[in-house]
Amino acid sequence: MPREFRLPALGADMDEGTIVQWHVAPGSRVKRGDVVAVVETDKGAIDVEIFEDGVVREIVVPPGQKVAVGTVLALVEADAEVRVAPTSTAPAEGPGGAPAAPAASEPAVEAMATAPATVASRVKISPAGRKRAGELGVDIAMLHGTGPGGAITLEDVEAAGPAPSSAPAAVADLATAVEAPATDARAGMRAAIAAAMSRSKREIPHYYLSTTVDVTPATQWLAAHNAQAPVAGRLLFAALLVKALALTCRATPGFSGFHRDGRYEESPGVHVGVAVALRGGGLVAPAIMDTAQQPLSVLMEAFRALVARARAGRLRASELAAPTIVLTSLGEDSVDAVFPIIQPPQVAIVGAGAIVQRPWVVDGAVVPRQLLTLTLGADHRVTDGRLGAQFLARLAARLADPAAL
Amino acid sequence: MSEPVRITYREAVKQAIREALRDDPRVFLMGEDVGKYGGCFAVTKGLLEEFGAERVRDTPLSESAFVGAGIGAALGGLRPVVEVMTVNFSLLALDQIVNNAATLCHMSGGQFPVPVVIRMATGAGRQLAAQHSHSLESWYAHVPGLRVVEPATIDDARGMLGAALACPDPVIVFEPISLYNMEGELTAAASAVQLDGARIHRPGRDVTLVTYGASLWRCATAAEELAAAGIEAEIVDLRSLRPLDDATVLASVRRTRRCVIVDEGWRSGSLAAEVGLRVVEQAFYDLDAPVARVCTEEVPIPYPKHLEDAALPGPPRIVAAVRRLFSDAA
Repeated sequence: MPREFRLPALGADMDEGTIVQWHVAPGSRVKRGDVVAVVETDKGAIDVEIFEDGVVREIVVPPGQKVAVGTVLALVEADAEVRVAPTSTAPAEGPGGAPAAPAASEPAVEAMATAPATVASRVKISPAGRKRAGELGVDIAMLHGTGPGGAITLEDVEAAGPAPSSAPAAVADLATAVEAPATDARAGMRAAIAAAMSRSKREIPHYYLSTTVDVTPATQWLAAHNAQAPVAGRLLFAALLVKALALTCRATPGFSGFHRDGRYEESPGVHVGVAVALRGGGLVAPAIMDTAQQPLSVLMEAFRALVARARAGRLRASELAAPTIVLTSLGEDSVDAVFPIIQPPQVAIVGAGAIVQRPWVVDGAVVPRQLLTLTLGADHRVTDGRLGAQFLARLAARLADPAAL
Repeated sequence: MSEPVRITYREAVKQAIREALRDDPRVFLMGEDVGKYGGCFAVTKGLLEEFGAERVRDTPLSESAFVGAGIGAALGGLRPVVEVMTVNFSLLALDQIVNNAATLCHMSGGQFPVPVVIRMATGAGRQLAAQHSHSLESWYAHVPGLRVVEPATIDDARGMLGAALACPDPVIVFEPISLYNMEGELTAAASAVQLDGARIHRPGRDVTLVTYGASLWRCATAAEELAAAGIEAEIVDLRSLRPLDDATVLASVRRTRRCVIVDEGWRSGSLAAEVGLRVVEQAFYDLDAPVARVCTEEVPIPYPKHLEDAALPGPPRIVAAVRRLFSDAA
C-alpha cells in the first residue's frame, strides 16, 4: 500500500497552496527531510519536505494546481514495500542552485537507515487521530501520544496542528482573494501578517519588559574574534544574541513553547525564530533548529542561509512552523528599542534595538559604552512580570560573558 | 401524567398487562403459574381474580406446547401475551419461536403475521443458579423475523408491552430478574414509549458505555465513579436488541471517540461482539481507542453469592475497562 503524501499546513493561517514545481518524479527515491516540491503560499514559495523514506509511485497533483491543505499530492511506496534496488536518482537540484543532500551517493548509509525503519516507523495513533492529522497536515512522527499505551489521540493531533483560522483572518484572506490577482504574493503575505498579528493582539494579553545592557565586552570579544577569523568565519552580533536567548530559554521555562486550547506546553527543544524583513515588504520568522546546542559558527552559517533563502522565498515548511520563540532586531542605525508582537501560538518574543554608543556610568565615572536595549514581550496567561524580569536579567548576564556562548 | 409516581419494575409490568387486558378484548395472558399462583415472580398476582380464567390461563409444564398455542392464537386473530418463566426454559420453545413465529409471515408472503408477545425473565443476580440465571438475549437477537426488546427502566417496563402488542411481528420481551424489585419514578406516559430505538440514559463527553437490561444500572454506578475521577461517561441503553439502533450508538461514539460495551451475556458470540463490530465497521476513523467489552465470565452462572457477583460485569470491571482506554495518567 503506497502512503499518501499530503499538503501540509505551512503556517497557522494557511488553507491552500499552489504546486509550483516538483523536484521528484515517479520512481524517485526519497528520504525523510528531502525537499520534494515547491508550494506557493501567502508567505511566498516554500520548499515542502517529505516525512517518510520510500519511492515515489505517483504524482497526483500537477504543477500549477491550487489545492487545499490535506490534499493528497503524491503516493509514496514505503521502503518495506520496495523489493527492487533503487535505480532512480536523488531529488534534482532546485533552481536556487544549492545541491540537495548527498542522498544518492551514499547507498550504504541508506541501507542502514531503512532496515530498522520498517519496524520502528509504525507510529501508534488512533484512527481518529490519523484522520485528523491528514486533514490538518500534521506530521504524526513529531507528536507525543497521551492515549492508551502512548498512542496519539485526536486531541494530541489538534494540540499540535494549526489553530483554526479565526473569523477576521478568513475575512482578510477572502478580501485579498477578491481584490488581488492570485499571483500577488505580497498582498497575500500582508493579509497573512494582518491575520496573525490581529489574532495575537486579540487573544494574547501581552506584557512588556525592557532593559538596557552594556554590551561593550561582547562587541570587543566579537571584534577580537573576527580579526583572527577568515572572512567566512566572522560572526555577527546577532549570532551571540540568538545563542544567549536560546540558553536563557532553556534555563527559564515559560517562554519557549506554545499556548493552545487554553494551556501552555513548554517545547522540549528551543528553536529560536529570527525575524527576517523581506525586500519589498513583509517578513517571516524561520527557526534555527535546536539553537541552544549549536556552536556559534554553525549558528552563524544557519543564520546566513536562512536570511538568503527567506529573501529568495525558499524557506522550508518545518522552518516556518518550528519557532518556539522569536528574536526580532531592526539592525544597525535603527531605533533604540522594539516592542514586538508575539506570533501565536508562541508565548514570547524578544526585540533588540540598535547597538548605540552612549554615556554610561561605570565605577562612578561617566564613560562611553556600547548599549543595547532588549525588550521582552510575553504572554501574561503563561508568565508574570517577575519571571519575565528574571528572564531578561539572565539574557543580559549571558551577553556579558560572550566567551561562554 | 401530572405527578411522578414511585413504583417497582414488577408493578410497572403488571400495570402494563392489566391495561392491555382491559383495553383490548383480544389480549389474554398465558403461562406457567401466571393465574392462581400469581406468577413465579409475582408479576401477575391478582389478575386472575380481576379478569377471570378465560383471559389469565395457567398452562401445563410444556413450553413448546403453550408457546405454540400462543402462536396459533395470534395467527387466529388474538393478541396473546405468553409468559415463559426464564430464558433458560424458553429453549424448550425455541423450535416454535424460531421455526414458526419468526418465519410464517415471510413464508406466507405476508399473509399470516404472528402478533404474539412472549415475555421471559432473564439474567442473574438472585442466586437462582445456572439453570435459571443465564442471559441468552443474543440467541433471539440473531433471528430475522423476531423483534427483541429489553426494558431496563420503570418507564420502559410500563410502556414497552403496549408497543409490543401493537407490533404485527412476534416480539420477545426480556425482563431482568434482578430488576423486579427496583423502585423508581414513573415519568413517561405509557403510550409515548416506542418499541424501537436506543436511548441516551446519561450524557457524557469522554466515553460511550453501550448496554442493555440490568447492566444499565451497573454502568450508571460505574459512571458516577468515573465522573469523580474526571471521566464523563455517556450511557446508551439499547432497549431494542433486534433491530439494533446503530444511529444512536454511532452518533454517541463519534462524540466521545471511545466505546465500551457492557453485556451480561457471555463474550463469545455476544451482542457485545455485534455492537462492537458495527462500531468498528462504521465509526473506525472516529475512534481514539480500541473498542472494549465487559461481559459475564464464561462460566455457567454460579450459585454462591460471591461467585455470582464475580462472574457478572460489575461496576469495578466497567471502571477498569474504561480507564484502560485512557492514558496511564488519567
